[in-house]
Amino acid sequence: MLILDGLSKTYKTGDAALADVSLTVPKGQILGLIGPSGAGKSTLIRCINRLVQPTSGKVLLGDVDLVRLGKADLRRQRRRIGMIFQEYALVERLTVMENVLSGRLGYVPFWRSFLRKYPPADIQRAYQLLDRVGLMAHADKRADALSGGQRQRVGIARALAQDPELLLVDEPTASLDPKTSRQIMRLLTEICSERGLPAIVNIHDVPLAQQFMQRIVGLRAGRVVFDGTPEQLTHEALTTIYGAEDWNEMRRGDQEQTNAEEDARNRMAALVQ
Amino acid sequence: MTNSAYPTTWRRPPQIIKNRRWRIAFQLAVLIYLVLAISTVDVNWSRVYDGLERGQRFVMGFLQPDFESRWRDISQGLIESLTMTLTSTVVGVAISIPIGIGAARNLAPRWIYYICRSIIAVSRALQEIIIAIFLVAMFGFGPFAGFLTLSFATIGFIAKLLADDIEEIDESQAEAVRATGASWVQLVNYAVQPQVMPRLIGLSLYRLDINFRESAVIGIVGAGGIGATLNTAIDRYEYDSAGAILLIIIAIVMVAEYSSSYLRKFLQ
Amino acid sequence: MTEISHYSQVWSYRTPRGRLALWGAWLALVALFVFCWQVMTKDTIWFFVTDAPRQAADIGNRMMPPRWSYLPELWAPLWDTINIATLGTIGGVIMAVPVAFMAARNTTPSARILRPLALFIIVASRSINSLIWALLLVAIIGPGLLAGIVAIALRSIGFVGKLLYEAIEETDANQIEAITATGASGAQVLSYGIVPQIMPAFWGITVFRWDINIRESTILGLVGAGGIGLKLQASLNTLAWSQVTVILLLILATVVLSEWVSARVRHAII
Repeated sequence: MLILDGLSKTYKTGDAALADVSLTVPKGQILGLIGPSGAGKSTLIRCINRLVQPTSGKVLLGDVDLVRLGKADLRRQRRRIGMIFQEYALVERLTVMENVLSGRLGYVPFWRSFLRKYPPADIQRAYQLLDRVGLMAHADKRADALSGGQRQRVGIARALAQDPELLLVDEPTASLDPKTSRQIMRLLTEICSERGLPAIVNIHDVPLAQQFMQRIVGLRAGRVVFDGTPEQLTHEALTTIYGAEDWNEMRRGDQEQTNAEEDARNRMAALVQ
Repeated sequence: MTNSAYPTTWRRPPQIIKNRRWRIAFQLAVLIYLVLAISTVDVNWSRVYDGLERGQRFVMGFLQPDFESRWRDISQGLIESLTMTLTSTVVGVAISIPIGIGAARNLAPRWIYYICRSIIAVSRALQEIIIAIFLVAMFGFGPFAGFLTLSFATIGFIAKLLADDIEEIDESQAEAVRATGASWVQLVNYAVQPQVMPRLIGLSLYRLDINFRESAVIGIVGAGGIGATLNTAIDRYEYDSAGAILLIIIAIVMVAEYSSSYLRKFLQ
Repeated sequence: MTEISHYSQVWSYRTPRGRLALWGAWLALVALFVFCWQVMTKDTIWFFVTDAPRQAADIGNRMMPPRWSYLPELWAPLWDTINIATLGTIGGVIMAVPVAFMAARNTTPSARILRPLALFIIVASRSINSLIWALLLVAIIGPGLLAGIVAIALRSIGFVGKLLYEAIEETDANQIEAITATGASGAQVLSYGIVPQIMPAFWGITVFRWDINIRESTILGLVGAGGIGLKLQASLNTLAWSQVTVILLLILATVVLSEWVSARVRHAII
């Protein structure tokens, strides 16, 4: 279980990115974080594993307060938190397998990681994860030889290799096409429910959030302005989060895009025949 | 959970030489070369040991440089170096411009192109120091030979880069100017010059910097400048004066590098 | 609505003030050039200058034909030259790597003390030519290959260090962040997040510098630091110009060959 208590972050420039955010994420819950750009979604996620140092407040994972940890303890706690990134953030010039194994870095001493001599159990587990995300055949390829969707699967496998108790997911679909986005979201939700993993997912795509999330939290200017189920995310709720805008239009736009893709696929199929 | 089906070992696949035999052969060859190469270095350790004391004196000289006692020689050498640097850069760049234009495939006829490219190739292939040896033999000792050396070396550098730049200009702009019925001179003036001018100024400033550094070297073979002063100081074992000269060189290079990057930013 | 009734008949590229400044700058440059020229040629003996074409013709005559029988004596010094360049490059690169990591903004352990120190090492090494390093080292540790190797290594630190630290600063921060987030230690972040990203740059820079070092090590012998330059110096001292031709041609061939090798290797890496 993850508890955020009064979490605030003010950057050196004086911008208050987060103001007094309190949230409780129980085991197994997938929480979608929505909000306009600059609302502090990315800062919130990075405050949890302290890639960004929070100004005040508490982050309790289990019964450890992550904000007060020293360097070595922080390193040990970061192992418990898997993170998945927007631009995949794979080490492009390493193989897929090395990228997955890099999830074990917090567990192995430096010489093992340097010589790529990971314990057999780690390697077995890495293969198993690669199989789970459907990339068994690509283990020896270099990460930059993969497509976007495949890279994000490697990113998921790397996060899972940590044996995390929490997943932080930062805009997992921002660089993917709509179809791949849905596949990735489905994979993520499946994996979370398989393992009872809680997850916080930053997501800018409201329809996608409503389709896959169990709970949605809306951020605006660093404050929580909505917290509820996808069904409760009404027109009014969206207006409080994003400001006035014709949301039905956006939904219709999304529908249109799906239709257009469908149409294009059919036409391509017709061309092939 | 049973996962006995998955392998427990993994080796990083080789990235460059895929064939195992070639890889081993390559590693062996490197090893043998290193052993052979290191064995040719015949070090006279007692001489090195004696030298340590001198090395210490040099480091002390570097930390406590003596600008005073040889100041006349140092200032004379500095003036020679600086004037040599400026004049050779100006002359070198002035000569480089026609040669650079001539060496651009999209502007010059074939035969001019080949002539200019060979001038560039000769200038680049020969080292400054070797040119300096010849020019000193021809023109006598002193900064004039140094000036000629640096001018010649500047041609190879600037003309090459200028020609490559001209070859890479946006063809559509040249096309547009050509379409107005402009003559060759007008073409160069309107389509080429605006595109390469900022780069040319940047390169000239960069070359100024290089020429100063080189001017400190060619003095060793008699072409004047601060290098000659430095050579004398080291020959006389005056390490504190040598330290002073080296510090001056480093300071001037730092100032030149900083101000030329500032100027380039300002001009663009 | 006002109508434009009058177009200017005169158009100029720059404002009058801009043109004035430009002319002023050119004038200042010309004046400076003339002044420098006067100072520089103050002690020039013009008789030597006018006599130069005759001298050139004389040297040219003596250089031809090349004395090819001298070639076998050159193989051993050439081998030394290549060793100076290669061992010097290896030594320089080994010293440059820690300097580069200290100098790069994103990896430096202390921005206050170590970074300026590393930057000073880089500038000092870059501003002093390898021939000057050799001159100093020959005076300190005596003539021979070792002085040449150390000179090449010291000169290489600055070049390799500068290019490498720029490559380190240009690494993708996302990849480093991702590795940090797994709970990796500082050394692990370095070896997984940064090193793979700079590897191609590293090899490219090293081979490039090796190529330059071959070129520079051919002349180190002029000050006694071993290699083919020693033979050049000896031939120049005895005015054996026909041998000088052979040496120069051999140097040229070596330089061209090393340039070709370096271009091929860099192409294969990138």
